[in-house]
Amino acid sequence: MKKTIITVVGKDTVGIIAKVCTYLADNQINILDISQTIVQGFFNMMMIVDTNLTDKDFGVIVDELGTLGRQIGVDIKCQKEEIFDQMHRI
Amino acid sequence: MINLFEVAETNEMIAKENLDVRTITLGISLLDCIDSDLAKVNERVYQKITTVAKDLVKTGEAIEKEFGIPIVNKRISVTPMAFVGGAACQSCEDFVTLAKTLDRAAKEVGVNLIGGYSALVSKGMTKADELLIRSIPEALHSTERVCSSVNLGSTKTGINMDAVRLMGDIIKETAVISKEQDSADCMKLVVFCNAPDDNPFMAGAFHGVTETDAVINVGVSGPGVVKTALQRVRGENFEVLCETIKKTAFKVTRVGQLVAQEASRMLNIPFGIVDLSLAPTPAVGDSVADILCEIGLEYAGAPGTTAALALLNDQVKKGGVMASSYVGGLSGAFIPVSEDQGMIDAVVAGALTIEKLEAMTCVCSVGLDMLAIPGDTPNTTIAGIIADEMAIGMVNQKTTAVRIIPAIGKGVGEKVEFGGLFGYAPVMPVNGFSCEAFVNRGGRIPAPIHSFKN
Repeated sequence: MKKTIITVVGKDTVGIIAKVCTYLADNQINILDISQTIVQGFFNMMMIVDTNLTDKDFGVIVDELGTLGRQIGVDIKCQKEEIFDQMHRI
Repeated sequence: MINLFEVAETNEMIAKENLDVRTITLGISLLDCIDSDLAKVNERVYQKITTVAKDLVKTGEAIEKEFGIPIVNKRISVTPMAFVGGAACQSCEDFVTLAKTLDRAAKEVGVNLIGGYSALVSKGMTKADELLIRSIPEALHSTERVCSSVNLGSTKTGINMDAVRLMGDIIKETAVISKEQDSADCMKLVVFCNAPDDNPFMAGAFHGVTETDAVINVGVSGPGVVKTALQRVRGENFEVLCETIKKTAFKVTRVGQLVAQEASRMLNIPFGIVDLSLAPTPAVGDSVADILCEIGLEYAGAPGTTAALALLNDQVKKGGVMASSYVGGLSGAFIPVSEDQGMIDAVVAGALTIEKLEAMTCVCSVGLDMLAIPGDTPNTTIAGIIADEMAIGMVNQKTTAVRIIPAIGKGVGEKVEFGGLFGYAPVMPVNGFSCEAFVNRGGRIPAPIHSFKN
């Protein structure tokens, strides 16, 4: 199963996780793992998700999550896991 | 499993340190387009390029989305056109029609540059080679996206000095014909010694005759990433310095390898090589000269620069080679002047001269790149500069190149503006003593003794 990494970075505010998770649930994207920290008021979250069940094209999900991020006031990135695996694992 | 900090590190490199894939270059063989009828050649070349490369740009954009990494350029390289047009072209004008066809095909598929308006004349010129070379000024001036290169020498063959002398005239002519645009056509023309068949970077990319029908080559970049990594080890010894560069080069190259494999899979075209070059851009922080400064120099060009660059180049290769299954092209640090703000600053400050740049080219990839010289520099002096650079490549068994811009109507202290990725360049002083009698001798310089390894 190919996994996807979603990162959310920005100023902490109420409901960030709720809004992102709602979007994922609405699009049949299953969350496998979440880790999150707050450093000096900055919200930093990484989700590992499975996009195999969604009907949407990957590029569309990237764009929609980007738009959602701008609405909340945070930066949301959605990338295939391989780029991180390749870079950090031999 | 990947953790939050590793993800953050990668994304930081992309967002703040200008990590990108500089180019996906699709190499296309045009050998099957050869015909004695010029109209047929033009038609076949156009059809082949627009068929093979039709999904290139779209695929590049899809990969950018998938991995969240910018792929700055999507480009095409083709078989040297002196081969392709050899049977059909009877005049320079005939060759120019091929250049226009390449330009039209490049625009149709949406790539920003197409390389391969080239001739390989390291030992001698055929009639077709010479016609193509003589057509270069007009070909570059009547097209937008076509890039031209000429291989003038190699370790195995020596240096074709007749061609070197001719290129002195051609480069000047190319500058004159585009003088209204700051002689900008010269940016699209490069001469080589030991030109690689699989280089994805422009202006020197062409699809070598030893290559398969179509191939994906990828050029990575990331001077900003190396610089940022080195900021964390200021004052540490050379061992730490080298380890840091190596690890960073590994990470950067892995991204190139991933993109190359993905592009190869999506386009169903074989993966050729990753070119692990540190390619700067005029953007602040995307500079090879800044890395040299971070290593400990006040400016690029200061004493110690050649040693620092040698170290940098070697560590980039050591880190990069393990990161990719096939490494090729130019692979090393690029030191273009106009495309690197740190290099421009060094020239303006008086720290960097052409002679020092020439020394630097002994230890890094390519050569005298994107530098402007006074417009009244004699053609023979340009040929002399080329001959010096070719000699460095020939004797050291490495690729060297010259991409030089005689700034017509301008002198030392003035500057030429190219815009975008090409930046701007201050006009640099050239040694005023003549080499006319030397370059006018004619013939070729024999291959060096160490080329006889059989």
